[in-house]
Amino acid sequence: MAAMTMARAETRTKERGESPVQTFISRHGGMMPSFAAVLILILLFIGGEIFLRGDFITPRNISALLLDNAVLLVLAVGMTFVILTGGIDLSVGSVMAFTGILGAKMLGDGVPVGIAIPAILLGGAAIGLLIGILVQYFGVQPFIASLAGLFLGRGLAYIVSLSSIKVENDAVLWLQSTRIRLGDWYITPTGIIALTTVAVAAFVLHLTRFGRTIYAIGGNEQSARLMGLKVGRAKIAAYVISGFCAGLAGLLLTAYSGAGYPRNGIGTELDAIAAVVIGGTLLTGGRGYVLGSMVGVFVYGTIKTIINFMGAEQSWMQIIVGSLLLLFIVVQRAIVARSEGRR
Amino acid sequence: MTAIYKHRLFWPIVALLTLIVVNAVARPQFIKITMRDGELYGPLISILRESAPLMLVALGMTIVIATRGIDLSVGATMAVSGAVALTIIDGSDDPGNVGTVLIACVVAVLVSLVLGAWNGFLVSVVGIQPIIATLVLMLAGRGVALLITGGFITTVNSEPFAFIASGYLFALPFAFLIGLVAIIVLSLVERRTALGVLTEAVGINPEASRLAGVRSRSIIWGAYMVSGMLAGIAGLIYASNIKAADANAAGVFIELYAILAVVLGGTSLNGGKFSIAGTVVGVLIIQTLESTILFLGVSSAQSPVFFAVVVVIVVIVQSSRLRDGLAALSTRLRSRSEADEKVEVA
Amino acid sequence: MTADIEVPPIVEMRGITIRFPGVLALDNVDFTLRPGEVHSLMGENGAGKSTLIKALTGVYAIDSGSIAVAGERQTFDTAADAQEAGISTVYQEVNLCTNLTVGENVMLGHEKRRGTGIDWKATHREAARHLDSLGLQLDTRSMLSNHSIAIQQLVAISRAMVLDAKVLILDEPTSSLDRGEVEQLFGVIRDLRDKGVAILFVSHFLDQVYEISDRITVLRNGTLVGEYPIEELPRDALVTKMIGRELEDLAAIANSSHRSIDRTGTPVVKATGLGKRGVLEPADLEIYEGEVVGIAGLLGSGRTELVRLLYGADRADEGSVEVHGEHARLHQPRHAIEHRISLSSENRREEGVVADLTVAENIVLGMQARQGWLKKIPKKDQDAVVQEYIEALGVRPANPNALVGNLSGGNQQKVLLARWLATAPELLVLDEPTRGIDVGAKADIQRKVAELSAQGLSVIFISSELEEVLRMAQRVVVLRDRKKIGELEAATTDLDALIDYIANAGEGTAA
Repeated sequence: MAAMTMARAETRTKERGESPVQTFISRHGGMMPSFAAVLILILLFIGGEIFLRGDFITPRNISALLLDNAVLLVLAVGMTFVILTGGIDLSVGSVMAFTGILGAKMLGDGVPVGIAIPAILLGGAAIGLLIGILVQYFGVQPFIASLAGLFLGRGLAYIVSLSSIKVENDAVLWLQSTRIRLGDWYITPTGIIALTTVAVAAFVLHLTRFGRTIYAIGGNEQSARLMGLKVGRAKIAAYVISGFCAGLAGLLLTAYSGAGYPRNGIGTELDAIAAVVIGGTLLTGGRGYVLGSMVGVFVYGTIKTIINFMGAEQSWMQIIVGSLLLLFIVVQRAIVARSEGRR
Repeated sequence: MTAIYKHRLFWPIVALLTLIVVNAVARPQFIKITMRDGELYGPLISILRESAPLMLVALGMTIVIATRGIDLSVGATMAVSGAVALTIIDGSDDPGNVGTVLIACVVAVLVSLVLGAWNGFLVSVVGIQPIIATLVLMLAGRGVALLITGGFITTVNSEPFAFIASGYLFALPFAFLIGLVAIIVLSLVERRTALGVLTEAVGINPEASRLAGVRSRSIIWGAYMVSGMLAGIAGLIYASNIKAADANAAGVFIELYAILAVVLGGTSLNGGKFSIAGTVVGVLIIQTLESTILFLGVSSAQSPVFFAVVVVIVVIVQSSRLRDGLAALSTRLRSRSEADEKVEVA
Repeated sequence: MTADIEVPPIVEMRGITIRFPGVLALDNVDFTLRPGEVHSLMGENGAGKSTLIKALTGVYAIDSGSIAVAGERQTFDTAADAQEAGISTVYQEVNLCTNLTVGENVMLGHEKRRGTGIDWKATHREAARHLDSLGLQLDTRSMLSNHSIAIQQLVAISRAMVLDAKVLILDEPTSSLDRGEVEQLFGVIRDLRDKGVAILFVSHFLDQVYEISDRITVLRNGTLVGEYPIEELPRDALVTKMIGRELEDLAAIANSSHRSIDRTGTPVVKATGLGKRGVLEPADLEIYEGEVVGIAGLLGSGRTELVRLLYGADRADEGSVEVHGEHARLHQPRHAIEHRISLSSENRREEGVVADLTVAENIVLGMQARQGWLKKIPKKDQDAVVQEYIEALGVRPANPNALVGNLSGGNQQKVLLARWLATAPELLVLDEPTRGIDVGAKADIQRKVAELSAQGLSVIFISSELEEVLRMAQRVVVLRDRKKIGELEAATTDLDALIDYIANAGEGTAA
C-alpha cells in the first residue's frame, strides 16, 4: 500500500508544467491582468486612430499623454507599493494639495528652492509615516488611517492658504516649460521625473529584498512575519513611499499648473487607485507590477484624451473609468476564484 | 459603577457631553433654546437640523459595516438622488405643487434604492470586496448625476421641496424628524425582530451563518439597499437645503464622516456587533465639533485638521496596543503598591 | 537510527513558566531535544503543547525558566531571532506566500545578490539545490499556489534547510495530507534526522506518532508528565498519561451502537446519483431512522464533498434527494434545514461557530434562521433551550453569555452540536466532530450521538479516526478518489479490514 501511494504522490509531483504553455501559465499567471491592460491600451489607441481618421497616434499626442499624466503616474507608483501590501492610501490627493501649496507658499516667501523642494518631499513622507505607524503599531485599518491622512492633508492645505498661490520661481517652472525635443516627440523634466520614479520603483520591487518583502506581506502577512522578514518596517516604508510620491506629485502639479491651490486633487486618490487596479494589481495585495500601473495610468489618460477629442461631457470620464474599474475587478475576482479552486 | 464605566457608549457620551459643556462655558448662548412662532431655535437645534443628512447616511453605514462591509458610494448616491428629484420638479409645469414634489421624492428614493441594490448585488452575489464594489459607484455615480442634470447646477423654487430641509413640524425641524423616524424604525426592527443578531452573525462569520441556514446573501444585499435608500433621502435634504442639485458638491466626503461617526459610536469596522445608539452619538459629536470649530473662528475649510486629530485619537484609544500597554502599566503599578504594602507590614 | 543519549542536547528548556491573564499556561516545564532524533510532543488540547513551541520560537515571552540552544542561553523576542539560532517551524496552515514562486518561497530573505540587486538566476539555482536535497524536482519559477498543500509543506521544510536549521519544529504537519503524502513527508523527516537535525513533531494521529518518533514528551494541563523512549510507552499507556484517566467510557459506547437497524421502510433521506463535476462522481446514499452511517475515506476522498452536496452547501449538478420518499430541492443549507437535515462542518472555526457572539446566540442561531428574521424567538424560550443544552452536553463554562470564541475547541463543538440539536433534525450530519478536541469532550459528544440515535435520530458520522467510525456507526460508506466504492456493515468489519477496503477494494490496478 505504501508503495502504491508513494507512486501516486510522485506522479502528482511530476505532472506539473510539461508543455511550454502550461509552464508559462504556471509561472506568469499573475501577469494576465496587466497584459489585459496593455491590450485595452492598444485597443484604445486603435479606436482613437480609427475614430479620428489617423489623427490620434501622433508624436504630439503621445508626448502630451506623458506630460498630462505625470502627476497621476507618480501617485500611482506610490499607491502600488501600498496596495501590494494589501493596504490602501486615501490620503494622496490631499497630501499632494498640501505639499503643492506649501511649496508655492515657501517659494513665494523667498525660501530657496534647495530648501523648499526637500521640505515638501519630506512633508509628504511625514504624513505617510504617520499613516504607516497607525497601521503597523496601532493596528488601525489602512482605510481609516489614511482617511486621517486625507483630512490632515486637506486641512493643512487650507491652513497654508485659503486661495491659490502663483509660483514664479524659475527653477520650478523650468520643470514644466523645458521641452527636450526629438523630431515631433518631446519630453519635459516632469515627464523624466515620473519615468525615473517608475524605473526606481520597478527596481526596488523586483530586485531588492525590501521589494520582495512587500510582495510577501501582500501574499500572507502572518507567513511573512513567521518567515523572519522585517514586516513592520516594510509596511511602514510602503506608506512613507506613497507619502513621498504624493509630495513629489505636489511639486510636479505646482510646476504643471504654475500655482499651488488648496482644492487640488480632490478625488485624485480614487483615480490613482483606479489606475493601479486597471493596471492589474490585485487590491487584496501581493500581485501586480509598477509597469502595469503605468499602463493603467496611460489607459486612464487615453480615455480622457479621447473624450476631449470627441467633445463629450467630462461626466462620461467618471462613468467610463468606473465601468472599466468594475470590469477589471470582476476579471480579478474570477482569477482569484480560479486559483483558489485549483487548490 | 464599573458597569457604567465599561459600557461601550460611556466614552462617546462623555466626549459629547464634554463638547457641549465646553461650548456652553465658552458661550452661554450655545445651550439657549428659544421658541418663536411655535418653532424651536438655538445652536443646539441647528445642530440637530444640520446633522440630519449625516445621521441618515451614518445609520445606513452602520448596518452595512455590521455585515463586514462598507459603502463608499453614499455621497454619489446623494448627488444622484438630488439630481433626479430636482430634474423632475424643474421639468414639471407646477414646481410648487405638493404632489409633484412628492412624486419627485419617491422617484429619487427609488432610484437610490436601485443604486443600493446594485452595490448589494456586486458584494453579495458577485463576491467583490465591499470597498471596491462601492468604489465603482463612488466614481461613476457623480458622472451619472451630472448627466441627469445635463452638467448644470439645477436650481428650483419650490416651497414644498424647501420644506424638507427648513420646515418645522411639532415645533421641531422637519429634517431632524426624518432622522428621528429613521433611528426609531431601525432600532425597532433590530430589537423586535431577529434581524439585528442575524446581521451580526453574518458580519462576524458569513460562511458559518450560511451553513446555519441564515439568508446571508439577502441580509447583505438588504443592508446595501437600506444604505442606498437612506443616502437618497439624505440627498433630498441636502438638495432642499441649497434648493439646488449640485452633482459635484452634494455629499462630498460624507462617506468619510459617516464612517467616522460609526467608529466613534463604538462599532468595529471588522463587522459584527453594532450600535445604532452609538452611531447617533457619533453623528452628534461630529456635528457639535464642526459647530465648535466654526465658533473658534476657524475656516470650515480648515476643519478637517481637527477631524484628523479626532480620528487619530479615537483609533489609538480603541487600539489593543494601547489597552494592553495600560493594562500592563496598571498591573505593574498594582504589584508595586502591593509590594509597598508588604514592606509596611514587615 | 535512534538518538544517542550521549549526544549533548541541542535544545534544553528548564523550568519554563508562562502565565496568561487568569491562566497558568505552562508550569515549570522541562523539555530536552537532541540532535538526530524525532521527538513527539503529546497532550490534549490545552495541555500546553503550542505554548511550549511558541516559547521556543520566540512568539511568547517566558515568565521564568531558561532556554539554551546548543549550550548557549538564549532569549528570543521574535520569530526571526529563533530562526537565527537555527530553530525553524513549519506550521499546520503552511506559512508561505502562495502569490510568489516556489523558489522565492524557499529563499525569501536570503536571496543571492549581485551588486545592488537580487541575482534571480543564482537564487533559483540555490532553491533548486535545496529542493533537490529533499528529493523534490519542481519548477522553482512556478507559482506556489499551483502546488498541493503537501508539496507546499515540503517547500516550507526546504526553506528551513536554507536557514541551516538545527531544530525543525513540525506542528500538526499531516492534518491535511493523505496517506501517500504523509509517507513522502516522513521520508524527508527520516532523511533530515539521519543528517543530525533535531525534529520536534506534533500530531493528533497516534499511528503517525508511533511510526516516526524516537521519543515522546507528554504534557497535561500545562505541566510535564514525563519523557519516554517510544519503545517504553505503549499506546494505551500514552493515552492514559495524556488524559489522566482510563478510556472505559469510550469502550462502553461501542456496545450500545451495534444495534440492528430496520431498513425495510422508506429511508429518512435518500440521495440518488448525487454528484458534481470535478468534485464527486455520482453517489447513492440512504439513511434510515435511528441509523448511524459512518463515512470513511482519506482526506480528499470526497467524504466532505458528499455531505456538502447533500446539505446544499455546494450545489450538485446531478442527482436528486428524497426526504421520507418525497423529492426535495436542496440548493441552499436553509432548504436542507427546512427538511430537518443539519450539518456540522469539519471546519469548526471558519464554518461553524460565530466567534464574537455568545454561547446562547450561537445555540439559537440555527432555530432563529429557520424561523426567519421576522419572527424573533422570545427571550424566555431562548433561555430555556440554551439552558437545556448547556446542561445536557456539559458546555464549560456553563455561562450562556460567554463569547464562543473564548471557549476551548471541545466546548465550541458542543455548542455547535447544541445549535443543530435545537433545530430538532431528523438527520444530523457530523463532519469530523471530534477532530482536535480533548478526549473528555470527545467521549461526551460520542455518548450523546449514540444516545440520540438510539432514540431515533439518523446520523451521518465522518471521521479520520477509523476506530471512531467503526465504534459509532452501524454501516460504513467508503469513498476513494472522489468516488463511492462501497458499503460495509460495521458489526462484521474490523479496523484492518476497513483499512484494507479503503486502500484496495475494487482495484485491479493497485499500483
